[in-house]
Amino acid sequence: MAYSEKVIDHYQNPKNVGTLDKASKNVGTGLVGAPECGDVMRLQIEVNHETGMITDAKFKTFGCGSAIASSSLATEWLKGKSVEDALKIDNMTIVEELNLPPVKIHCSVLAEDAIKAAINDYREKNGMEKIKFEESVIH
Amino acid sequence: MLNLPIYLDNNATTPMDPRVLEAMTPYFLKHFGNAASRNHPFGWEAEEAVDYAREQVAKLIGADPKEIIFTSGATEADNLGIKGIFEMYATKGNHIITATTEHKAVLDTCKHIEKQGGEVTYLNVQPDGLIDLKELEAAIKPTTILIALMYANNEIGAVMPIKEISAIARKHGVLVFTDATQAVGKIPVDVNKDGIDLMAFTAHKMYGPKGVGALYVRRKNPRVKVTAQMDGGGHERGMRSGTLNVPGIVGFGKACEICMLDMEADTKRISKLRDKLEESLILLEEAYVNGSREHRLPHVSNISFKHVEGEGLLMGFNKNIALSSGSACTSASLEPSYVLKALGLGDDLAHSSLRFGLSRFTTEEEIDYTIKAISDTVLKLREMSPLWEMYKEGIDLSTIEWSGH
Repeated sequence: MAYSEKVIDHYQNPKNVGTLDKASKNVGTGLVGAPECGDVMRLQIEVNHETGMITDAKFKTFGCGSAIASSSLATEWLKGKSVEDALKIDNMTIVEELNLPPVKIHCSVLAEDAIKAAINDYREKNGMEKIKFEESVIH
Repeated sequence: MLNLPIYLDNNATTPMDPRVLEAMTPYFLKHFGNAASRNHPFGWEAEEAVDYAREQVAKLIGADPKEIIFTSGATEADNLGIKGIFEMYATKGNHIITATTEHKAVLDTCKHIEKQGGEVTYLNVQPDGLIDLKELEAAIKPTTILIALMYANNEIGAVMPIKEISAIARKHGVLVFTDATQAVGKIPVDVNKDGIDLMAFTAHKMYGPKGVGALYVRRKNPRVKVTAQMDGGGHERGMRSGTLNVPGIVGFGKACEICMLDMEADTKRISKLRDKLEESLILLEEAYVNGSREHRLPHVSNISFKHVEGEGLLMGFNKNIALSSGSACTSASLEPSYVLKALGLGDDLAHSSLRFGLSRFTTEEEIDYTIKAISDTVLKLREMSPLWEMYKEGIDLSTIEWSGH
């Protein structure tokens, strides 16, 4: 299976690889996937309490090229967005942007799940109620 | 000079040896006859060429030429050998013993036999990939007609104790079938010394052409028969109908002859390169060789690089190095290699594996390039791996509740 140019680019030059201080109240961490399934994504966001804007985003991913690219792209999109807008990132937009083939759609679902998990972690840390999301269909 | 891309997926298929192609060429254009045409020189030439190739093939495995049944490849030979015995020996019994690490061509054939009313025992393997001989013997019943165990495994290269297996089989009057696809041409295989009754193998794993293989069927002590699986003109002593692939068979014969001549020198050189590759790569932290290192094909190595996913790893260099991974990261099949899992490897380690298959044409330069490319990619991906970070922080990954998906 050939990877798209964009997947290759993210794989070779991943954006925002790294770790934020998960103990900080400004930071939300989402850890999704499982080693047994062959992909684990950890996505972190740093939020400005006052503005509700995401000021930084980092990821680390264990997985195939598409999983790495999906999380790298997600961090790019998250930076500078409000938490509210971040919730609107849909896995299919990632699929379109990266030209993921059907067998790799689960990588984009994982990235969407990671975003939601990071936001909920941030909300929980700051005394807000966790948002209940519908279960992703493709798992 | 280093030529890219480098091919290290020789367990999938080998390139043809130019000497093989040279032997085949005349049989496409000049000597195109049908080996079954008995009444003219075109047929005679073709038949003569097939007879000669049959001798070359038989010689490599210590068989009589009459014991060689040409097929389209090892998959067909696996089907013919196993189904053919099941049908031919139906009055004697219906039980077959095999192992969980066999190739799909054997496993799926056994599944088919179960649907036909046969009984199949799938032996587990030990962590080194070899079966436990006591377990094998304990699995034999009065209804057992066949033991089907591969000579050498395609993913890890583990070489089964075929002599010991056949000694047990003999004691109980059970036939031995072996899929020797990866072994023939690479290590000495002798059907008599090894006590093999039926053996499947193929040309394209030993520098011959694709589309041609053989089933060895013992003719004496005991005389073994298989029921044909294809009806037609009664070629190959009635066991495999179909016009013979003359150029392919000629190439197969030549490939066997070359393997016989070059095996010792090839093995010496290739195993040295394999060892260099393996020893350099396991210098990386948390890198492990899968399967037996003692009882193994000289050109194969299977290594897991913990906390890095195999497909992601391949992407780091697959433009320049052709390799395969035990990981299958697609939504159609999230299951990693069943062979590695059968060794007792966790899914995480199975997902992190690479299979190396070297060949007669592999050079030291290629190995040096590969060592560097893989080491660099592993280090790069570990910097990107949340599992590696947790491991470095001393977190026990098995204690984490993963959001399975």
